[in-house]
Amino acid sequence: MAVQFDGGVVVGADSRTTTGSYIANRVTDKLTQIHDTIFCCRSGSAADTQALADIVQYHMQLYAVQHDEQPPVKVAASLFQELCYSNKDALMAGIIVAGVDPVYGPSVYNIPLGGSLHREEFAIGGSGSAYIYGYCDDYFKPNMNRSECVDFVKNAVSLAMLRDGSSGGVIRLAVITPDSVERIFVPGNELPKHYEG
Amino acid sequence: MTSVGTGYDLSVSTYSPDGRLFQVEYAGKAVDNSGTTIGIRTKDGVVLAVEKIIPTKLEVPGSNKRIFSIDKHIGFASSGWMPDVKGLVARAREEAWEYQKLYKVPTPSKILAERIGMYIQAYTLYSSVRPFGAMPIMASVDKDGPQLYMFETSGAYYGYRGCATGKAKQLARTELEKLDIDSLSIRDAIKEAARIIYTVHDDSKDKLFELELAWVSQESGNVFSKVPQDIFDEAVQYAKRANDDDSDDDDDL
Repeated sequence: MAVQFDGGVVVGADSRTTTGSYIANRVTDKLTQIHDTIFCCRSGSAADTQALADIVQYHMQLYAVQHDEQPPVKVAASLFQELCYSNKDALMAGIIVAGVDPVYGPSVYNIPLGGSLHREEFAIGGSGSAYIYGYCDDYFKPNMNRSECVDFVKNAVSLAMLRDGSSGGVIRLAVITPDSVERIFVPGNELPKHYEG
Repeated sequence: MTSVGTGYDLSVSTYSPDGRLFQVEYAGKAVDNSGTTIGIRTKDGVVLAVEKIIPTKLEVPGSNKRIFSIDKHIGFASSGWMPDVKGLVARAREEAWEYQKLYKVPTPSKILAERIGMYIQAYTLYSSVRPFGAMPIMASVDKDGPQLYMFETSGAYYGYRGCATGKAKQLARTELEKLDIDSLSIRDAIKEAARIIYTVHDDSKDKLFELELAWVSQESGNVFSKVPQDIFDEAVQYAKRANDDDSDDDDDL
């Protein structure tokens, strides 16, 4: 998931990658850096989304050199959308693009399965997201500060990890502000406490 | 032209011994045969003006325009051979559209300028093609503010505050240099642009001409468009008055 706050964006994800019922990787990093202050959250096929991220990464590098400036998040999102839409029959990819740029500021874009593009204040995706729409809609508020936003993302992701069998492991976060990226790691035994029956 | 007849001006893919590409220079001559085009970039917008020479009275007024819209915020005005102008306009529109389609943000003019420049340059490389007989002036307002570029027949391009091409480019440039462009408002720039076109027009050589004016500015909603009729009329009035005053001065001499 990705959430806009007043000075940037927070992106967060669990760390489970599965092949059927087998956990292929329990400490996956699903947050991929596309440019200095642009990240994407990958869900769906790991192979497809990694390939897409590589392509967009290349384009953003090229953009930065040709334009001599930071690429807008919107441009990264647009490239993802073009690739996702034009190859929709061959791909299993749900991507959230989030970051900060000098022109449009903090922004979050969601590109679900069909390859549509939506700008949102916060976006959730992947198998676990179905379980946390209620929580997110209730607890999200615009213009949170940084720590409120980090807590919101931690809670939402851990709730999804509890209910969804395909999610779990640890929480990985990135806090993106105009001039820095901070990575946060929450181990599986230090997740926020929620009702477990 | 000492070099004419030496054979080095036949192909664009051969340099002359002193390092010139004559075909590229001759393309510039083709541009000098057509009406004058000028551009002025002020701090709040850009204006383009064209002296469109009318070869015959039978031509429908307002036809064969020399100012073209490329994208919502970008426009072209060009002296030169009309089919070549249109070729470049088509290419510019394609490039702008492709950029917008891929990135979903307005095409920055420096990027478009680079691509047009490279396109023109490619036509100076091969013996099978001929350089463009056109020197387009590009106006736009993008996130970096008002922009004005002019392309040469070699593919070289530069950013300007004021630029001129076509028949009376020298005279027009002299007039532009007299202006204090940095302190000019867009409204005043339109008037001055009209005045310069009326000033440089040579009645004895080409009787009929039409003035074309287009702008892109905050006042036009950052949209490249024809200057509205009332502002246009005002500018023409100003231009005619300024030129009448000048000829009065001449009479006094």
